[in-house]
Amino acid sequence: MERVLLNFPFVAAALLVGISLYIIIFKRNLIKLIMGISMMASGVNLFLVALGYRAEGNAPIYTEVPAGRMVLPVPQALTLTSIVINVAVLALMLTMVIQIYRHTGSLDAEKSRRMKG
Amino acid sequence: MLSKIVRTVANQLFLFILVFGLYVIAHGHLTPGGGFQGGAVIVSGVVMLLVAFNSKELKKSLPERLLSIMESTGALIFAALAFAGIGTAFFYNLLVGTPIFGKIPPTGPGSGDFWTGGLVPLMNFAVGLKVMAGLSAVVLAMALFASGEEVEE
Amino acid sequence: MRRVIGLVLWLVLVAFLVWGVLLIHPFGDPSPSDMDDYMIRHAQNETGNNNVVASVVFDYRGFDTLGEATILFTAVTGVLLLLRTLKHREESS
Repeated sequence: MERVLLNFPFVAAALLVGISLYIIIFKRNLIKLIMGISMMASGVNLFLVALGYRAEGNAPIYTEVPAGRMVLPVPQALTLTSIVINVAVLALMLTMVIQIYRHTGSLDAEKSRRMKG
Repeated sequence: MLSKIVRTVANQLFLFILVFGLYVIAHGHLTPGGGFQGGAVIVSGVVMLLVAFNSKELKKSLPERLLSIMESTGALIFAALAFAGIGTAFFYNLLVGTPIFGKIPPTGPGSGDFWTGGLVPLMNFAVGLKVMAGLSAVVLAMALFASGEEVEE
Repeated sequence: MRRVIGLVLWLVLVAFLVWGVLLIHPFGDPSPSDMDDYMIRHAQNETGNNNVVASVVFDYRGFDTLGEATILFTAVTGVLLLLRTLKHREESS
């Protein structure tokens, strides 16, 4: 049980991903699906940043920061790229929802499943 | 279009947001920040103008041709800077040591000098320009589409 | 009936995720990595930046940033292409 308290940021990121999986599987409104996908992206970014933390570490910058150990800088660089890619995918998803609503008239995921000819 | 007080305050506040965003972009090699973060700050200022004014009024100040030229220029400058040091490697930092941007700071923590860094400040400017123009074009297109079904050329 | 089976499977998946996360190294004590130590020690001499993260993003791993700029450009082009209304078509043809 003390292992859960020791690794608590990782457990929080895993719970975020789990809750967003519930939203994606069980909800039918399209806007709620998009919110669930965005929440899952936040959970993954939190997990990436929490992986590279050294105890009693400072920010990896040399300007006006007291000397000591530094945290690992490479996971922070990967998180930057991940955030920008999530913004791009979110913009495209919202545009497609706008077009679906204009052609079909409803925001239900069950009504726009089959391809109409 | 909101009331007159909101429009006047938004006009004055946009200048401060623009200066702060350019500060975050320009000091990307000394403090936390850089191209992507500063571009996002400036886009939030444009969204504030979009809420205060009508989207049709904002389309007269930011035509789509200007935004498209700015974004393409940013991408081309970034690719050209990547190919600049092709003699040694692909992304070689060839301005370290030369007097343009090339001082080497003393090792260890200390206050920073602006004229350090090599190719990194120039790349910050290119990426900041690209993010600024691209994301404000997306926001403007969505607002125009939702309000009036206007034709965009 | 299908909802009950779905809920049970979701609970099993979340339990597996939480159990898998508890097996990683304790928080604050990563395994020693030579690449990060090299970057922290030599970033000021070789690149001349004070910001180690900026020199990692733009100098040591600049190829990933080039791909990310391409993705941003493609997404903006896709959005601006999908949000056009064709009103000129009846007048010209």
